[in-house]
Amino acid sequence: MPPVRARPLSPHLEIYRWQISNTLSILHRITGVALSVGFLAFVYWLMALAGDGESYASVVRVFGSALGIAALVALTFAFFYHLLNGVRHLVWDVGFGFERSERRASGWAVVIGALILTLGVWAIYWSFERG
Amino acid sequence: MSLRSPLGRVLGLGSAKHGSSIWWAERVSSVALVPLTLWFVFSLLLLPALDYSTVRAWLAVPFSGLLAVLMVAVTAYHSYLGTVAVVEDYVHAPGPKLVSLVLLRFVHVLTGAAGIFAILRIAFVA
Repeated sequence: MPPVRARPLSPHLEIYRWQISNTLSILHRITGVALSVGFLAFVYWLMALAGDGESYASVVRVFGSALGIAALVALTFAFFYHLLNGVRHLVWDVGFGFERSERRASGWAVVIGALILTLGVWAIYWSFERG
Repeated sequence: MSLRSPLGRVLGLGSAKHGSSIWWAERVSSVALVPLTLWFVFSLLLLPALDYSTVRAWLAVPFSGLLAVLMVAVTAYHSYLGTVAVVEDYVHAPGPKLVSLVLLRFVHVLTGAAGIFAILRIAFVA
């Protein structure tokens, strides 16, 4: 039996040079975890909606505060980024888009697309609020 | 040299013959979530208002209620698979790992059930 020693376990996050491919990969995880937390908040909102008008109003007050809106905007970006990058992964799973230029182009498309969709959603929201 | 494809080799391997089932479940749930979540976000956004009675009336429509229940169920499942993968990758100590995995299961069943319960209550209790 060889002696047992503590071996380093994958993934070795610290050995990578940061570039768009691994930055977007870790961002997929971070946004995924953020969305899991956001899902808790979403169900909290649903439970309040299932209660009386009082419970809903108190949750809307929390979500409508400056901090609440900031979190919702961040979650909107996380949602669209995770969705678009998830589709990017699905395209890879089917076997397309592996060329270096394609990987970079699809990566930037996902980031820019998520930013545009986030701005679009909040533009619609605020135009309704004021209109 | 084997002529079998990498996926063909993995399918049905392992003691439980489920070598690729979690990988597959992640993909299938993500495909389902694309239309479900987009429908939810944009339907909610395009409601005339987001007050108590408007949102409730929307979820009380059978079609909306059904899709919302499906979205909550698949989201809870997909979130469970994703957070379990994160814990399995970064939490190495056996004790904390076990506790985290059990907690993730409890939290996701609780959250998923709460979300579905809330929608059903809105749909069935006026």
